Amino acid sequence: MSKKAAITLTVNGKSYERSVEVRMTLADFLRDELALTGTHVGCEHGVCGACTILLDGEAVRSCLLLAVQADGRKLMTVEGLARPEELHPLQMAFQERHALQCGFCTPGFLLTAHAFLKENPVPTEAEVRKAISGNICRCTGYLPIIQAILDAAPIIKSVSRE
Amino acid sequence: MNQAYIGAPIRRREDVRFLTGTARFIGDVKLPQMLHAAILRSVHAHARIKSIETAEARAIPGVAEVITFEDIARGAGFIPIRMYPLPGLERYLQYPLAQDKARYVGEPLAVVVAESRYVAEDALDAIEVSYEALPAVVNVHEALRDEVVIHEGNGTNLAARHTVSIGDVEMAFRQAEYTRREEFKIHRHTGNPLETRGLVASYDSGRGELTVWGSTKVPYFNRGILASFLNFSENKIHFIEPDVGGGFGIRGEFYPEDFLIPFAAIKVGRPVKWIEDRREHLLAANHSREVWCEVEVAARRDGTLLGMRAKIYGDMGAYIRTHGSLVPISTASMLTGPYKISNYQCAVHCVMTNKMGTGTLRGPGRYESCFIRERLLDMVAGDLRIDPVELRKRNLIQPDEMPYEVGMTTPGRSSMVLDSGNYPSALRHAVEKFGYDELKAVQGRFEQGKYHGIGVAYFVKGSGLGPYEGARVGVTAPDSVAVYLGIGTMGQGHETTFAQVCADGLGIPIEKITVFHGNTDYLPFSIGTFASRGAVMAGSAVYLAAQQVRKKILKVASSYLGVADEELEFRDAQVWKKGAEGQGALLDLAAVVKLAGPASPYHQGEPGLEATAYFESTKNTYPYGIHMAHVAVDPETGILEVLKYLVVEDIGRIINPLIVHGQAVGGAVQGIGATILEELIYNENGQLITTTFMDYLLPNSMDVPAIEALTLEEAPSPLNPLGVKGAGEGGIVATGAALANAVANALLPLGVEVKELPLSPNRIRGWIREAAGKKGV
Repeated sequence: MSKKAAITLTVNGKSYERSVEVRMTLADFLRDELALTGTHVGCEHGVCGACTILLDGEAVRSCLLLAVQADGRKLMTVEGLARPEELHPLQMAFQERHALQCGFCTPGFLLTAHAFLKENPVPTEAEVRKAISGNICRCTGYLPIIQAILDAAPIIKSVSRE
Repeated sequence: MNQAYIGAPIRRREDVRFLTGTARFIGDVKLPQMLHAAILRSVHAHARIKSIETAEARAIPGVAEVITFEDIARGAGFIPIRMYPLPGLERYLQYPLAQDKARYVGEPLAVVVAESRYVAEDALDAIEVSYEALPAVVNVHEALRDEVVIHEGNGTNLAARHTVSIGDVEMAFRQAEYTRREEFKIHRHTGNPLETRGLVASYDSGRGELTVWGSTKVPYFNRGILASFLNFSENKIHFIEPDVGGGFGIRGEFYPEDFLIPFAAIKVGRPVKWIEDRREHLLAANHSREVWCEVEVAARRDGTLLGMRAKIYGDMGAYIRTHGSLVPISTASMLTGPYKISNYQCAVHCVMTNKMGTGTLRGPGRYESCFIRERLLDMVAGDLRIDPVELRKRNLIQPDEMPYEVGMTTPGRSSMVLDSGNYPSALRHAVEKFGYDELKAVQGRFEQGKYHGIGVAYFVKGSGLGPYEGARVGVTAPDSVAVYLGIGTMGQGHETTFAQVCADGLGIPIEKITVFHGNTDYLPFSIGTFASRGAVMAGSAVYLAAQQVRKKILKVASSYLGVADEELEFRDAQVWKKGAEGQGALLDLAAVVKLAGPASPYHQGEPGLEATAYFESTKNTYPYGIHMAHVAVDPETGILEVLKYLVVEDIGRIINPLIVHGQAVGGAVQGIGATILEELIYNENGQLITTTFMDYLLPNSMDVPAIEALTLEEAPSPLNPLGVKGAGEGGIVATGAALANAVANALLPLGVEVKELPLSPNRIRGWIREAAGKKGV
């Protein structure tokens, strides 16, 4: 049994205090300790992007971080994207464009796109392609995902201006 | 039939849970007292196992159990062949744990069960295995020399040989004005669904019942194997399918773990979970596609194809898996494709090597045969100076020849009959949509450091494999219309598609319908989700069951209203009198549910509005189509850029265009990636050297070209009530062929001939160098 450490962090606006094994990955912590299973683990070596979450607003791979590294930080997972009873514009656009099939990669794409659109609210197609090039989707062939992000961008921009 | 829903681009009903993180995949299944398993795997491709020392691992706090061969010796069996058996293959089956010899890197040797996966993996490190390494064989030609025999008791690595033959191939070659002989090779790769495999098993010792989560694709078959190994009655094993992160052929075939995890749960008396990691997935889940082919074609000088003969060598890996000979046999069985080639012979060899066993990958045998045939046809076209599209046109089976009997090209099956099609029309659509005639001008052109080329490939493929699939439709309240399926889904959208079919079959708005799937207790019989059979087989079963319920509704209404049932109709969830719509609806569904219920005097001896139907068919449906590609190749780097890609496919009838289009584009990208980037590479010692996504490259958003997909409905299948053909594989099957033809076309000025895949930069550079050497440049 490896050593344990106490951590405090905020996930989707809710704060948690937990004692965790120092070797536990952040992905496992979110999934197993906080029951936030929307974060998926596809490769466990930082290539597929399914486990992407936001750490202080920045898209990161939760399989490449340890839970202890999130101490004192603010996290967001896919569970924090929608408001109750209302999907986020990205989620709506993904459904509208059939930008998911099996849905396993979807949370990672949503959070990658969410962070990207904050930085670049009016992206070109080429910029969207590049932004999501670190996320793997095996089903859709990416084209509908790119389209969905382009569709959502102006909606998000207009909402955030309000 | 009123068709409000079939054919409509209905948004997927399952999407919301995937978008909000509330879907439940196997990794999300958590049971009280659950333990975690990790598998110890052979690090040698071929080795005697002298001893496995587990004492130190057992002593680690948190380790509950270590299972080795001795523990399962009397409790398991050899994993059987599910389909495509050939005499001889049954001598090469796998036991769930290796006994005294390991035959591939990744072969399971032991299972650790512990309080967490972290501890279980610690314990793997503490197990001491003493190996005596043996020489490995990693390619079929070496293996056929039998200098190293992988299964010593059988004396040979040639597990089976079978010849398929139609017409008189000798005569065809005697009459030929032109022949050409070539060798082709298709590379080993695999589907790589983004979610790896995983299982949770829980044994209720009081009831003697076992529940297994995570086995998907063919749960009824897997339940049968597990029941026979564990000596359970089948109905005491419940298979539950959670949400599933992609299939593509690889998932859900009975693997060693499908025995080991339930066995471990029974042994330790607590639920056990196992989630495969990506390295394990690449090492120890089915590989596919690796086929070598020697082929010869006979033709007239006008391009009329007279005959074809071939030898196919399937690299089966170390054990024959559940798919038996499927990959090489399917390559052989559809090698003649959409053309009138009435003289054909092919000898199929199943050859064992020290590699992971093989199974299917989306369009198994079809991707391979399409590459071989279409590449060869382009060579013929070049030799005879005929345009590649024109050559194909001259040889296509004509609409008035449908249904067209190809002949006995699959052992154990009836003669192959192409059910329907207008092949020339689909080709015309493709030529027009792609702008082939205009784009021809770029062939071989050198622009800004790149050679341009155009590639065309025609495919036809079996889909909708029988022999049956079932569905149960039941109405228990006006807003509770349930469709129960035996088949599962790995992301294809069944909860939407089958609701559409039910809505039209029954005459009820789709909002009232829920599709339930993923539990072997829902239906007594089912085959599974593969071979593009969902829409064809289960879709037809849903339709039949829905129509039976509709009939029941009318019978009950007739008895209550005193009006003959032929004078009534049921639509929009209401009973109407035909021709008297002005009167308004006579009964709503709530009333009918009550009238049909138990203890009602109107239920006609069959209380309840429920029907189970099985659609039975032993005949395949055959979707067909064309892929066209425009590529640019940089001769300096060997990098291939796909500038434009078109998929045209006729699937008879579309249930949901949104989903069908998604399958076509997604399949194409999967195939383009597989053709250019992906390869499972073993070194000469049998070590897999592509065990991460940094070595095994999958296509990402930067690799995807503009793709157009055109779906046709010109030739509905006469074999099922919906007229549908399978839509899941047409996007992928011709990718290897079309891209290889395009690259060959681009590099024609350099004298390059493409005879193998993948079209990776290093290979393309190698071919360019080789061609330059031959030219003496």
